[in-house]
Amino acid sequence: MTTAPRPPRHSPPSKAASVPPEDQSYAAQSVSSQNETSAPLLTAVSTPRRKVMQGIGAGAAALSWGTLHPHSARAEQASATAQNQAPQTPRPPTRFFTAAELAFLTAACERLFPEDDMGPGATALGVPNFIDGQMNTPWGRGEKWFMAAPHRSGPANLGYQLPYSPQQIYRKGITAVQAWVMQNHHAAFENLPAATQDAILSALEHNVTQFDDLPASAFFEQLRSDTIEGAFSDPIHLGNRHMGGWKMMGFPGARADYMDWVDRYETPYPYGPVSINGETA
Amino acid sequence: MAEKTLPPVDAVVVGAGWAGSIMAKELCEAGLSVVMLERGGRRSTAKDGAYPSSIDELEGATRYKLFQNPAQTTVTVRNRLDQEALPYRRLAAFLPGEGVGGAGLHWTGVHFRAMPQDLRLRSHVIERYGRNFIPEGMNLQDYGVTYEELEPFFDRAEKVFGTSGQAYTVGGKVVGKGNPFAPDRSDDFPLPPLRDVYTAHLFRKAATEAGFHPYAMPAANASHPYTNPYGAQMGPCNFCGYCSDYACYMYAKASPNVNILPALKRHASFTLRSNAHVLKVLLDSTGKKATGVVYQDAEGNHITQPAGLVILAAFQFHNVHLMLLSGIGKAYDPHSNTGTVGRNFTYQNITNTTVLMPPTRSTDQFIGSAGGVAIDDFNCDNFDHGPLGFIGGSPLWVNQAGVKPIAGAKGAFPGGPRWGSAWKKQAVDTYRHSFTINAQGSNMAYRDVYLDLDPTWTNVYGQPLLRMTFDWKDNDIRMNRYVVSKLDGVVKALGARDVHYGMRDPNTPFDVRDYQTTHLCGGAVMGDAPKTSALNRYLQSWDVPNVFVVGANAFPQGMGYNPTGLVAALAYWSAHHIRTQWLRGNGGPLVTP
Repeated sequence: MTTAPRPPRHSPPSKAASVPPEDQSYAAQSVSSQNETSAPLLTAVSTPRRKVMQGIGAGAAALSWGTLHPHSARAEQASATAQNQAPQTPRPPTRFFTAAELAFLTAACERLFPEDDMGPGATALGVPNFIDGQMNTPWGRGEKWFMAAPHRSGPANLGYQLPYSPQQIYRKGITAVQAWVMQNHHAAFENLPAATQDAILSALEHNVTQFDDLPASAFFEQLRSDTIEGAFSDPIHLGNRHMGGWKMMGFPGARADYMDWVDRYETPYPYGPVSINGETA
Repeated sequence: MAEKTLPPVDAVVVGAGWAGSIMAKELCEAGLSVVMLERGGRRSTAKDGAYPSSIDELEGATRYKLFQNPAQTTVTVRNRLDQEALPYRRLAAFLPGEGVGGAGLHWTGVHFRAMPQDLRLRSHVIERYGRNFIPEGMNLQDYGVTYEELEPFFDRAEKVFGTSGQAYTVGGKVVGKGNPFAPDRSDDFPLPPLRDVYTAHLFRKAATEAGFHPYAMPAANASHPYTNPYGAQMGPCNFCGYCSDYACYMYAKASPNVNILPALKRHASFTLRSNAHVLKVLLDSTGKKATGVVYQDAEGNHITQPAGLVILAAFQFHNVHLMLLSGIGKAYDPHSNTGTVGRNFTYQNITNTTVLMPPTRSTDQFIGSAGGVAIDDFNCDNFDHGPLGFIGGSPLWVNQAGVKPIAGAKGAFPGGPRWGSAWKKQAVDTYRHSFTINAQGSNMAYRDVYLDLDPTWTNVYGQPLLRMTFDWKDNDIRMNRYVVSKLDGVVKALGARDVHYGMRDPNTPFDVRDYQTTHLCGGAVMGDAPKTSALNRYLQSWDVPNVFVVGANAFPQGMGYNPTGLVAALAYWSAHHIRTQWLRGNGGPLVTP
């Protein structure tokens, strides 16, 4: 249906030439803060262009190379990016969850997202580590939710109204669930058979009880949502280890360049995922 | 906290999104000194859209990196007048923007004009179906401006945005296989349409077989390298699939940051102040003239910025909020149906149908752009509503802007298991083999759907939150169900394995927990009469004539199309009349009531 001529398929993108003035200042800042020797892929590029491309990110290089050799170029770009970024993403030194809390979390996440013939489960993917890491973020502290009083309950369709941040939902929820499980099953959740664990999770999902003012389903929904995020977010956030979640889903991760694949209607996209830090699969 | 008054400027613009950037550029070109105030921080594509760090679904679409933080200020929501509204504490149903570029930095880029009938819907409905066709309680209104009047400004906006699309007629002559229901154009799109992704290709074939009229959706994603009239350059879209919720690392998606701000910043008379949260518009003792605005800066100081002209160009509901907080116009009263500020608050009536295809090939849902394929056979008044007894319609489309796995897994095939191995299997199958057809429909205005100030909750600035009273109504529910039922023939032609029709349920109230769309409209609408509109046809306040209010707040009802194209055209239209009439006059009203 496209009648107008298209640009040649393998021409490099015009991005380097099209950086508008506002963004050039950012590009310059970004260049000045980088170690120029840490970008081996770009050594053959002339200096002005190189600066702009570095400022935009390694993707610019990956794109022009990637259209020729998508797989190998991505791998090279990936390792370059990994070197660039590894020191810039320090992890919080302390864990939020206690060992006992982590034992519950690990067992519960694994039942929500079990290892099976589809692929790895939550434990192998590092989901509990992901959730732990998320607790020490503005989101985990409730700084991205409107937390002002008064807190009143209302119909479910008007949304979350509890006074708790994600940190507080977990702290309060895990303690309460374990006490409830202990009362009914005389053992900690993580020591119960899988079928019993599933029955407990199902009971939480269907809100059969309430822990003070924390409905069981509110805790369950938080856990389910975070488990999914841990299984499928970029490994930079500590979950989705070795991109196992993405491989299972058939998601190419940070490739983000399908220029040559848009209208090959007989051929599905063939390449496995890459991560922000450059891991390939 | 200190208080300070700055030297006066000619014009102050509140909000640095599309509307504000267009207005500021036009006013600078007219020789005015302009201060643009943005509540959020500085943003740029190079920084906020950097590859690969921005290719991160958790930060972008899950933690809402580029969106308004409700911890600062939010709204309260209720469905009915007899309920207590409760705070919208977590972003979900709609996602207002924040920061330089506003929602224009992280929108998808779907760039429509408006249908001529939609701009004069009340008159059109009465002409074709009679006055009695309008249901009791519906505040159906005209915009007070016609498609023919706006056409040059739609054209201008498309050239600034670098919009890709396929025309049907230009100058009355058929020129291409565009939307046959679309109104005539003075010029073609600046760029040819984006290529169809696989699922859009399937939809195009199936819709044709079903007897409909598919067309390439107009998208402000450059299909080729492009330089706009301001000299701003765009790169070609590579279908990366990070459109909605992200800054475009390819510089292919139009944004104020890429397409306008670089040129705007070249004006010596222009100043941008970020982290400047406007608290209210200041009025003189008569209440008929604005003297400037007061804002809170990052350090908590209250700064008064005097100005001769005040442009409110924040997001739809923030404009209404500022008018209510400032006492500009009369607040709407739903019991008497009088007052205009808060009146005709509308949304968009969108439901999603999931089509599960045979497992023979992946649907590659991660590939995406703002393009896609749509049909307009059931949009607007393109079909006879007479026997149906409702007003409005929906385009139907495959607008695959890149489905990532967190969202894909959370929204696995509706009605199935929600966790465990059975869910996992279904989530993977759905992600790999399904796609979505959206019915993005109009939403009419009703007497008891409106905006006002909440009596209970306040924001971090100590001001009452805005309160939304909103629910779905019979007319709109029936419209949605009728249009979605028309997908039956398309689904058959697709050879789908399974389908889940997303239809509005008459017994399910508006739910803030599920993302629907950020296309909120109305609340300070334009029109012909000061009794039913807060703004005249030039977006000028009827009550305070040196205040213009630019945004989707001006739409008298929600249309099926995405709002940004009309917002941009209205901004150019308003700016044109400020430049050619208001600045040459005595500062009074451009329309005599």
